[in-house]
Amino acid sequence: MIAETGLAALWLAAMLAGAQLVFAWMAVARGAEPAQRLIRPIAVAQGVLTCGAMALLILLFLRSDMSVYLVAANSHSLKPLLYKFAGAWGNHEGSMLLWVAVISASGAAVALFERGLDKRTHYATLGAQAAISLGFYAFLLLASNPFARLNPPVEDGQGLNPLLQDPGLAFHPPTLYLGYVGLSVAFSFAVGALLTREVNARFAKAVRPWVLAAWILLTFGITAGSYWAYYELGWGGWWFWDPVENASLMPWLAATALFHSASVLAARDALRAWTVMLAVIAFAMSMVGTFLVRSGILTSVHAFAVDPTRGTFILALLGLYIGGALALFALRVHTVNEGARFEPVSREAMLVLNNLLLCVILALVLIGTLYPLLTEMMGVRVSVGPPYFNAVIGPLTIALMAVLVVGPLLRWRKDDPKAMVRRTTPAMIAAALALIAVIALSAGAIGWLSALGFAAAAAVALASLLPLWKRNLLRTPLYTWGMVVAHLGCAVSLAGMASESAFSQERLAAARPGEKFELAGYTVAFDHVLPIAGPNWTAMEATLTVSRNGRVIGTAKPQSRFFADPPTPTNESVQMTRLGGQLYLVLGDQLEAGRWQLRIWWKPFVTFIWAGGGLIALGGALALIGRIRRERRHKAAPKPARERFA
Amino acid sequence: MVAVASPRQGPKRKHQRLMLVLLALAATIGGVLLAMSALKDQAAYFYTPAEALAARVEPGTAIRLGGMVESGSLERAADGVTIHFRLTDGKASVPASFSGITPDLFKENGGAIAEGSFDADGTFRATNILAKHDERYMPREMEGIQYDPNTHKVEAKP
Repeated sequence: MIAETGLAALWLAAMLAGAQLVFAWMAVARGAEPAQRLIRPIAVAQGVLTCGAMALLILLFLRSDMSVYLVAANSHSLKPLLYKFAGAWGNHEGSMLLWVAVISASGAAVALFERGLDKRTHYATLGAQAAISLGFYAFLLLASNPFARLNPPVEDGQGLNPLLQDPGLAFHPPTLYLGYVGLSVAFSFAVGALLTREVNARFAKAVRPWVLAAWILLTFGITAGSYWAYYELGWGGWWFWDPVENASLMPWLAATALFHSASVLAARDALRAWTVMLAVIAFAMSMVGTFLVRSGILTSVHAFAVDPTRGTFILALLGLYIGGALALFALRVHTVNEGARFEPVSREAMLVLNNLLLCVILALVLIGTLYPLLTEMMGVRVSVGPPYFNAVIGPLTIALMAVLVVGPLLRWRKDDPKAMVRRTTPAMIAAALALIAVIALSAGAIGWLSALGFAAAAAVALASLLPLWKRNLLRTPLYTWGMVVAHLGCAVSLAGMASESAFSQERLAAARPGEKFELAGYTVAFDHVLPIAGPNWTAMEATLTVSRNGRVIGTAKPQSRFFADPPTPTNESVQMTRLGGQLYLVLGDQLEAGRWQLRIWWKPFVTFIWAGGGLIALGGALALIGRIRRERRHKAAPKPARERFA
Repeated sequence: MVAVASPRQGPKRKHQRLMLVLLALAATIGGVLLAMSALKDQAAYFYTPAEALAARVEPGTAIRLGGMVESGSLERAADGVTIHFRLTDGKASVPASFSGITPDLFKENGGAIAEGSFDADGTFRATNILAKHDERYMPREMEGIQYDPNTHKVEAKP
């Protein structure tokens, strides 16, 4: 009964989405009074129904109901409870249901909480959101029904990919999806504003918190995913330029550009058409990502050609929504007035540069991700990996950081070039000092990209704090703090990346119990290896005693695990976090004569990468709270003050 | 901070919008050119052993070589961390070596992609071995190479 209830809820929600679309049209085009009153309750009901369906699917997984195809194919009754719960979205159908639940829940949130937009634009926005959900309901119900029954039911399920059996699965996909799909709200706002010809500062102020919220979640999701891959895969890398990773990075890049340009629009009423375009691009990237991950095209172009239902469906939705939005943009762009002007030396101009660089980076990631797929269709097999991405993204990121140093120190509209040089001088000095320091420290054996990374990190760290200079810190608005913290996070993360790539040390050994290994001042003693069993796996577990300067600082127990359902070996690496970095220990294969492969890395300041990501997300959260509080205060005091820049 | 700029009308406003459009165009073209040149230099071509032999890949050129680890060819050197094996696509096979911990699913008759280059004597020196962790997953580039567990034959399909 649970599965049938879930399916019925989905069909009902789909019908409500259809009604929402029709009512929105009536409300906007004809000003129909009853339609206006009904739209918001319908949007909320739709959100409740799909979230209910998601909850029912989770319930089916928790109860290990093997009469449901999805549960049988992806779960196992002996699986730990957390993974039964999270396993609900660790598969195609479940994750598409999560997509739809998030889309309609964000629609409900827009209906409930959005107060800044004028009424007609609000209705048009909800109509656009309904149109998006409708397409994905169709995809879910016609091409990927998560509630399909299995007749006869099986004894037990096939289990979940062991690599996914990690606490990371419980929060990584949902946060990423919330961010990914949250960008649909920005898209709907843009479409709504184009329809009612209300692309202005008010639109930007209304859309900014939604973009910011989606962006915070994306930042958090990507950071968490990177750390997850780092410790779970046991290869010591934190970013692989894997197409699936790129699929999450591309919407993030677009969203970063979007909320920066929305800030210009909100504060200065400039970059109107530009901001709308970015909102469309951001959601397009979410859909491209969904297409790449969900169509199976990454595994094999030919497998995709054999069963193209799902891929074609998503591609058709992508064409429909993005093509439709671009057509609307082309039709309406002449009604969008260019806002206030600005000079080439001004904060706006730097934000335009920021946007251009982010968009070029986005284009390069997109090209690198799609290029192998395109060449393969023409019969040439090509691998595009880190050599390409590092070569093109690295220098552009340094350029982006240079803009980040200058931009926040400039005034809006027009600034004095001499003052710009004067204000950025301390940061330039910091960059030069950092460059000299790392070249001296590494005795010149450092790659130029890592060296520049250190220099840029130093400059950004200093420059990010300068907006607080000579200000009363207690009276500095929260969103200014947000900007400072987020930009500082960029510096911290960049420093971690540069340090990891320049100063990592590695030791690979065939170890006998009792042997000791030295690396970066740490002594790792290989004590013994013992078999050990978990709830659904068996493993060989090594005991390593780590000491420094003769003092024992801890014991590490890396494992070489074997999962039974499905049969898969995995490595459980161990990270020992120290003040100056991380010791990364992996147990490999058993060799002849009682020896074991042992791999040890010393990664100085590697944790900065994710700490920086956390700071960036925290900065976003501070800015979001600051903006919302400010809006509230404006409500209380009806005469709006001019918005001071962040 | 700064007074609001009065929204000026006239040709200058058009001028600014034109500048922005031109800038965006220049950035797009610059980005695509950069991508094309980088792809030419940095995209590693993927070869199967037969293709690599036919193409006479220069020693030292970074490529990806994909195939099956030939049955009975996997040997571990005395140092415990270096392995020697042969990669085959059913038509030809090449000797290869690698130092490091191999991925969990790296085994004889399993698919693998080796990144690296040939040295002067024709041995492929792998600097990295890719084999995804999921048994159901085949690297995209490996499509068309199949292993028959009954005959222990590796076949290349067109």
